[in-house]
Amino acid sequence: MLNKFLFTVDRDPQLVERYREDPVATLAWWEAERANQILNCHGGEASTWLSFTDDERRALGSHDHVALFELGAHPFLTLTLWIAMFERDFDQPLAMQLDYAARLAHFTLPYPDITT
Amino acid sequence: MAELVAVLATTHHPFFYKTSLLPPDNAPPFAAEWVRKVERYRQTLTKMHPDVLVMIGSDHFHQLWLDNMPQFLIGKAPFYDGNYYNEQREFGLPRLRFRGNEELSAYLLREGIDRGFDLAFSNELRVDHSITCPIFTVRPQNDLPIVPVYTNIFAPPLPRPERFVKLGQTLRELIDEWPARLRVAVIGTGHLSLELGGPRQFGPHGPDPEFDARAVEWIANGDIDGCLANVTLDSLHAPGNATHGFMDFMLMMGVAGYNKADYADNLDLFHTMEAYFTWYPNGEDA
Repeated sequence: MLNKFLFTVDRDPQLVERYREDPVATLAWWEAERANQILNCHGGEASTWLSFTDDERRALGSHDHVALFELGAHPFLTLTLWIAMFERDFDQPLAMQLDYAARLAHFTLPYPDITT
Repeated sequence: MAELVAVLATTHHPFFYKTSLLPPDNAPPFAAEWVRKVERYRQTLTKMHPDVLVMIGSDHFHQLWLDNMPQFLIGKAPFYDGNYYNEQREFGLPRLRFRGNEELSAYLLREGIDRGFDLAFSNELRVDHSITCPIFTVRPQNDLPIVPVYTNIFAPPLPRPERFVKLGQTLRELIDEWPARLRVAVIGTGHLSLELGGPRQFGPHGPDPEFDARAVEWIANGDIDGCLANVTLDSLHAPGNATHGFMDFMLMMGVAGYNKADYADNLDLFHTMEAYFTWYPNGEDA
């Protein structure tokens, strides 16, 4: 579910901006309207059971990539979307990526499991 | 019979394309050497005059998703579009289009399934930078038909390393037995140690230079057994959280067999080590 949110936002330029500017509202809209869409299926055949946990909602709603890492979100999805949203806020090349890594520095192996 | 004229195993660095286009006064200090090494590597393919390319790569959550995730997939289509919006956005990669060789795709699917790999297929596959990057580096004119082969190195549960080697060995057998009179090259891309979205990302070198040095030795020496004895799904977490992409190198070792690489080169960059290997299975004069 975390991954599905990151995946569907990252591939849509408008959603990337919407999530950057207003994460809580975007998340609420997505959970209500998009969470149960089966991506490779026509719209009439949605799932009925998908919703975020409180921890997931909190992590996504506060742009907390450290919490997402802890919760087992796929790190490639999180990183790619974070670069799209926040690299522009840093002056130096790779500064955003290094800051991102530094905030994860307390994690040691094994990292949280990303198996779905 | 078809002739396997070249096997290329290399890293795919999505920033090479953009870096290679920078004017010298704007380019980072490592750019000139990087471009020189890639141009030299390109010759190992060019001089073998291939007719068709079998391209091994891995979708990075672009078309293949968790609602329906294949472990191994072969494209069978007359054309393949390449690269996605977020790859343009992040890496500056342009979109491009490939011709396909459907006859070879159909042959590999049929025979591969019959030899123990329940291969998924796609008749409408948009390939990503794992396939397009080696085109930019070793065949920038993009003039040859391709057969894309995708592996899952990304979304666990993953196939084990032994399975990647076995698929490579099976592809080798099948290409050697393909009745078409064409010159085939197999090009596969993966990673050495790599961390993405974790605390060790974007350091001054790859996250585990010691692993990289051992990996280069395994590949250059065709040491499949030594590699398999030291690499497991669990062990690949240690060198970096995206190091399972090394299994695509292991697949290519399976294609190349127990043979030393005819060409081996590497380049230590920030974040990752680049590596370039080529084998000429039927000799350099084939």
